[in-house]
Amino acid sequence: MAESKHPDAAAIPWWRRPKPRSYMFQAAVVAATFYALYVLTSNVIANLRDRSIKTSFDFLNETATFAIPLNFFPFWDFTLGESVYWDVFIIGIQNTMLVMLLGIPSATILGLVLGVTRLSPNFLLRNIALGFVEIFRNTPLLLQLLFWHFAFFPPIYNSLPAVRESILMGGAVFNSAGIYLPSPVLTSAAGWALAATLLVAATGIWWLRRYAHLRRMATGQGLPVFSYGLGILVAALALFAWIFSDQITVDLPAKRGLNYSGGMRPTKEIISLWFGLTIYTAVYISENVRGGILSVSPGQSEAGMALGLGRIMRMKLVVLPQALRVIIPPTISQYLNLTKNSSLAVAVGYPDITNIWLGIALNQTGQALIIVFMTIVVYETINALTSLATNLYNRSVQIKER
Amino acid sequence: MPAPVLRHPTLHWLQRNLFSSWLNTFLTLLGVLLLWQLLPPAFEWAVVNATFAGSDSDSCKYIDEHGEKVDAPGACWTFIKIRWPQFLFGLWYTRNFDQAWRPVLAFILALAIITMLMLPIITPKRRYHIAVWALLLYPFMAYALLNGAWLGLPEAKTADWGGLTLTLVLASLGIIAAFPMGVCLALARRSRMPIVKTYAVLWIEMFRGMPLITLLFIASVMLPYFFPAGTEIDKVVRAIIAITIFQSAYTAEAIRGGMSAVPRGQYEAAEALGFGFWKSTLLITLPQALKISIPAIVNSFIQLFKDTSLVLIIGLLELLNVIQVAARSSQWKGYEAEGYIFAATLFFVFCYSMSLYSRGLEQRLDTSLAARRAQQD
Repeated sequence: MAESKHPDAAAIPWWRRPKPRSYMFQAAVVAATFYALYVLTSNVIANLRDRSIKTSFDFLNETATFAIPLNFFPFWDFTLGESVYWDVFIIGIQNTMLVMLLGIPSATILGLVLGVTRLSPNFLLRNIALGFVEIFRNTPLLLQLLFWHFAFFPPIYNSLPAVRESILMGGAVFNSAGIYLPSPVLTSAAGWALAATLLVAATGIWWLRRYAHLRRMATGQGLPVFSYGLGILVAALALFAWIFSDQITVDLPAKRGLNYSGGMRPTKEIISLWFGLTIYTAVYISENVRGGILSVSPGQSEAGMALGLGRIMRMKLVVLPQALRVIIPPTISQYLNLTKNSSLAVAVGYPDITNIWLGIALNQTGQALIIVFMTIVVYETINALTSLATNLYNRSVQIKER
Repeated sequence: MPAPVLRHPTLHWLQRNLFSSWLNTFLTLLGVLLLWQLLPPAFEWAVVNATFAGSDSDSCKYIDEHGEKVDAPGACWTFIKIRWPQFLFGLWYTRNFDQAWRPVLAFILALAIITMLMLPIITPKRRYHIAVWALLLYPFMAYALLNGAWLGLPEAKTADWGGLTLTLVLASLGIIAAFPMGVCLALARRSRMPIVKTYAVLWIEMFRGMPLITLLFIASVMLPYFFPAGTEIDKVVRAIIAITIFQSAYTAEAIRGGMSAVPRGQYEAAEALGFGFWKSTLLITLPQALKISIPAIVNSFIQLFKDTSLVLIIGLLELLNVIQVAARSSQWKGYEAEGYIFAATLFFVFCYSMSLYSRGLEQRLDTSLAARRAQQD
């Protein structure tokens, strides 16, 4: 048997075999990409030359020539005439992050409530929640934002009393000129100390959980981790407040001249944006929550019942751990959507990164290439961090199979 | 043991669903209170106190005892009644209202095709043929009707299109153009060739990580730079390019999901029959994958349909922007709410019917054990 090869093997020419074919195809793809990139880049270069735009990062240190509308929570402040374009970029990121940080907790809470309500045995409540979800899921977010900003909130603001008859509520002031909230002011030392305190408390709670787990393994006795953990947090914060009491002040809005000033001043724009994003995202989160709870087979809950677990314990120990595995990954992607959707800030005039950087700064400087590139980097970073978090979570909850 | 007391079924239902426990009763009362607070005032505003008559904003105002013009307390539907041609067809077709049959006909054609695809009498093979031909021909038919120049009718340039017509054009063209790209990207992402796969991953992840607005901004600013100097690119075309690129990434992920749901045995069977890549993909695996991914594609289309409203930001006069502009005109200032509610109703009708369809399809396609049991019950 000298001929052990497949009889046709010799008949197939080399260019029809899978390996060479795959190489040739990929080489063609690479060549095509390079050609496309070459054409595009040369067009861009020619066009930039025609419009005599010099692309360089120098403009970042030039003074910005436009005013950024009032900042709520100015972590990075803007002063007209002094701030440079670099500041505009940072403020854009700061404002995008701010909407994200405000929106995620509120959307999560509302989403949980809606999701659980949709599974309620109460017919009326279940259907009110269903109607709410369907209305907000089937209309564009932009439309909702415009509605809140231009049709829903203005009558409410208009019904607020004049400055002289402002409503005062525990330090907060409401009048037709706006809303003023008391804001805590920390010295920078106290700020760092607060961060350190929170870190210490978090470490303590982590150790507590670990200890409780080991103890349950060894003795079968658990610990009330939640109440002990809360205790640690409260104690740490109280200690912090006691030590640094002279470095913490509260900036109360006060009447100066004709109007109030001081304190935090949430702008109408951020209220509309936050409100709209919260409702829109919550509706999607509620669907995840509902789907997740339904995905746990009723046998699980029944088994818990057979073990003598009460309603709350069943939810906590049997249903939720299994449901969360289904709920959390799509919910993280909803958080990402919330962040991406915050770019609709343009429509209500909130100064987020798309609005003031990609919109205004590009218009003013004409540095299209660099500004577009920096904006893409910001969004892709947020995207990458989010998918990293999802992957880490998925790995940690993967069912450990033997 | 006494026999169970028979009660009226309605009473029984009420007790089980609304008053089964103290908590439940409390929640029911809370719900009734909520509805009572919301519905009667809304009804009063929208119907009882609303104005339907007249032809300008003065009909929605009255003169109060001080002799000043004051807004009536209800909704002013006169705004919608006077302006609806603009909202549905845009400014050009409102000026040339005798031509408005063109967008209507284009819409009816689309509805006819969709109905044909959903009729159960049509065999799957015919359905497939209809779908392919419709995808290839319909965009041209719609363009011929809307533009009119090819048919010897008065020409409406793309820049003249507006209102709901433009919204539908952007969304449907976006999904049709993104579809072949999505298929290619999904195949590439599942490919064993490292370079091709990397390209697909980069493309998909990059455009899924960006908000559509950002992409629209970039398209409206950067596209002129990418073409040789002097090339004029229409605003609508810029929006369509951005929407297509954006949507291709989402379609690709939907189709990829379908592809990984096709059982391995199908791929192996195709190989065992001696089919090469193209034959096995086009004849065996892709049709199955597409069928599985239809609900996901419809869902991403709903999302896209809602997102087309974002072209407002780059100044295109789609449904929302037409309303916005009308509600800012000196005559109709202050009637935003009516306009937004009108737009919301239109969007809701489209999106809700599509989501009902996709949900129904999902249930029909779901052949899992739990679903089959649920169907038997």
